Amino acid sequence: MVAQNIPQEYLAIFILIIFGILFGVITLYVGRFFRISRPYHEKLIAYESGNEPTEAPRMRFSIKFYLIAILFVVFDVESIYLYPWAVVYDRLGLFALVEMMIFIFLLLVGYVYAWKKEVLQWEK
Amino acid sequence: MQVIIILIEILILFAIVMLHVAYATYFERKIIGHMQVRLGPMRVGWHGLLQPIADGIKSFFKEDVVPEQADVFTFRAAPIICLVAMMTSLAVLPFAKGWVLADINIGLLFIFAMSSLSSYGVILAGWASNSKFTFLGGLRSMAQVISYEIAMGLSLVGVMMMSGTLNLTKIVEAQGASFSGMYVFPQIIAFFVFCVAMLAETNRVPFDLPEAETELVSGYCTEYSGMRYAIFFMAEYIGMMVMASIGTICFLGGWSGPFEVALFPPFWFVAKVYVFMFFFIWIRATLPRYRYDQLMEVGWKLLIPLALGNIVLTGFIKAFTG
Repeated sequence: MVAQNIPQEYLAIFILIIFGILFGVITLYVGRFFRISRPYHEKLIAYESGNEPTEAPRMRFSIKFYLIAILFVVFDVESIYLYPWAVVYDRLGLFALVEMMIFIFLLLVGYVYAWKKEVLQWEK
Repeated sequence: MQVIIILIEILILFAIVMLHVAYATYFERKIIGHMQVRLGPMRVGWHGLLQPIADGIKSFFKEDVVPEQADVFTFRAAPIICLVAMMTSLAVLPFAKGWVLADINIGLLFIFAMSSLSSYGVILAGWASNSKFTFLGGLRSMAQVISYEIAMGLSLVGVMMMSGTLNLTKIVEAQGASFSGMYVFPQIIAFFVFCVAMLAETNRVPFDLPEAETELVSGYCTEYSGMRYAIFFMAEYIGMMVMASIGTICFLGGWSGPFEVALFPPFWFVAKVYVFMFFFIWIRATLPRYRYDQLMEVGWKLLIPLALGNIVLTGFIKAFTG
């Protein structure tokens, strides 16, 4: 039933995904009957070099990670726009090249700005 | 009927890949051992040949510790997300002409999508374990992978421009028809960027910051044990193989070689992938680990401008030489 609604080439991918999930789940589930299980409190606390964990682990972290994530979105969208352009590049000619140079130049302005603002620099 | 054929193909592919994963670990230990004037594994079987099998059996019978504070469902799901995302990339790789599970027209894009998904597994593992080491490891890994993903994505744009397609089979064929036979010569800058980004994407030395054992114990998989840890390990090695295959397909001419090997068409493909795997291991034995700020600076300040410059250069050369 499901197989008919999926484009032919993607059927194998769909089956592979299901196969992968089943492999993981079944291996772990079957293993449950063979492996030992002797949990006790000291074993189950989060590892912190042998000490009792001091504070909540989901702590505040550096803002840098957030900035990197924002920059990633910008550049990833850029590369998504570049892909179709690159694939049909032969058919588009010089006009497309100039257009894309303008696009890349505009992004470079932002890139240089981020560089000058020391976003790309992890430590000052 | 067709489903059964696909299933058999998947089983064969899976068995071969798993065997390769197991013996990649063996060769890694052996090669690094010899590079450091040691012998590496020697006990189990002749020259330690059965060591990976023994490791697999051992991790299967090990206790599965789920920390009290952990978010149980996410904790259990994370390794499977990693494994599935990495395994799915295998479907679009052409091992030889016609030897491909799913010959889709957006193969390269699909692989990028899948390698991005696998970083979800890593960050979820780091978050769900609810331990400081895993949390920091997961965060670092995420920032590293997304930074280098841009460099990698941009480095392959040059290949797309030269071949005019995203389908991996057609990229190999276009390469065979090109002037040099391999894109590594005209796209040497892209190849350099790709090789560095490949090491960072798979969290390998010198960019293995997410699991920097001297500071973060074992990074995002600190709280994992037994089979769940083994699944992360498998995912990492499958990831290495996928990256090696992408490098082979996009830069080294895929399955084409100086002469045809009868009976085994993927011969050259496999040989080139082994060269890449050796490169991974060789780098690990040679280079020390980068500092985190250096790692981010290499990614953002060196690789991305290089990759963009390569696109512009390729564009101009193609526009003026036709």
